[in-house]
Amino acid sequence: MSNAVSPLQGASFDGFARIEEQGLRGMITLRGDLADGGFGKAVAALTGCDVPDTRRCEVKGDYAVAWMSPDELLILCPHSAAEAGVAQLSKVLSGTHYLAANVSDARAVFRVSGEDARQVISKLAPVDMSPEAFGAGDFRRTRLAQTPAAFWMPNDKTIEFICFRSVADYVFALLSRAATPGTQV
Amino acid sequence: MLILRCPYCGVDADETELAAGGQAHIKRETVGASDEAFEEYLFMRENPKGVHFERWRHANGCGKWFHAARCTETLEVFGTYSAQTTEPPKEIRDKISEKRPGWSWGEFS
Repeated sequence: MSNAVSPLQGASFDGFARIEEQGLRGMITLRGDLADGGFGKAVAALTGCDVPDTRRCEVKGDYAVAWMSPDELLILCPHSAAEAGVAQLSKVLSGTHYLAANVSDARAVFRVSGEDARQVISKLAPVDMSPEAFGAGDFRRTRLAQTPAAFWMPNDKTIEFICFRSVADYVFALLSRAATPGTQV
Repeated sequence: MLILRCPYCGVDADETELAAGGQAHIKRETVGASDEAFEEYLFMRENPKGVHFERWRHANGCGKWFHAARCTETLEVFGTYSAQTTEPPKEIRDKISEKRPGWSWGEFS
């Protein structure tokens, strides 16, 4: 097994919000019939979370389950647990129509934190970031400038992002630029 | 800017989150089709000033294809609906009839 490293190895930027690359995070793409009871049980057995509602995410300890599309979930877990997670899901779900893939090393994770963290996103994504429209527990797939990304808010002052690893550098530059001191909207 | 509500994830997605997929409700002609029917399928498209049905994909979102009914003249959106259908659902047609009495588009009216 090669020595896995995150794309920017913990790079950070301090502007009017703090941008940090989050290091390695395990991620499993899981597709199947979300309404199926057996599917929900398999997700719960691995993560302790229920299958989330549309555009929501469920968090429990190190694990989180996010709604990606009507037939797809993203499971977040410790990086070292992803391979075993896929194996466990495959075992439980075998015989049903499903797909489980370890995508941990294809992604990068960022955290934006600070009083005005929402502004950083408002500048880059076509999403209503007012507290009434988007809050803790919501999950949204969208674009950040020109690349696809997904984000959620662990709490009101923090936003966590997922993007493709190949564009991690671009996304970090985007976020840093958008958080440049003195550029609050 | 065109804003469409994705019927799968419920997001009011603006144009920049979507990918256009051309005209909706095209019936594929295949083995055994006449040359005329195949030409019609392959090349002929509606180009209306008014009510139009299109396919869109929520590319930077849930990734699903869906249908939209809108007016090409005013950019008014009559509604969006699932991709798993070969014709516009009744409530969409009714909504269009309310606003554009006497409309017709291809075989639908």
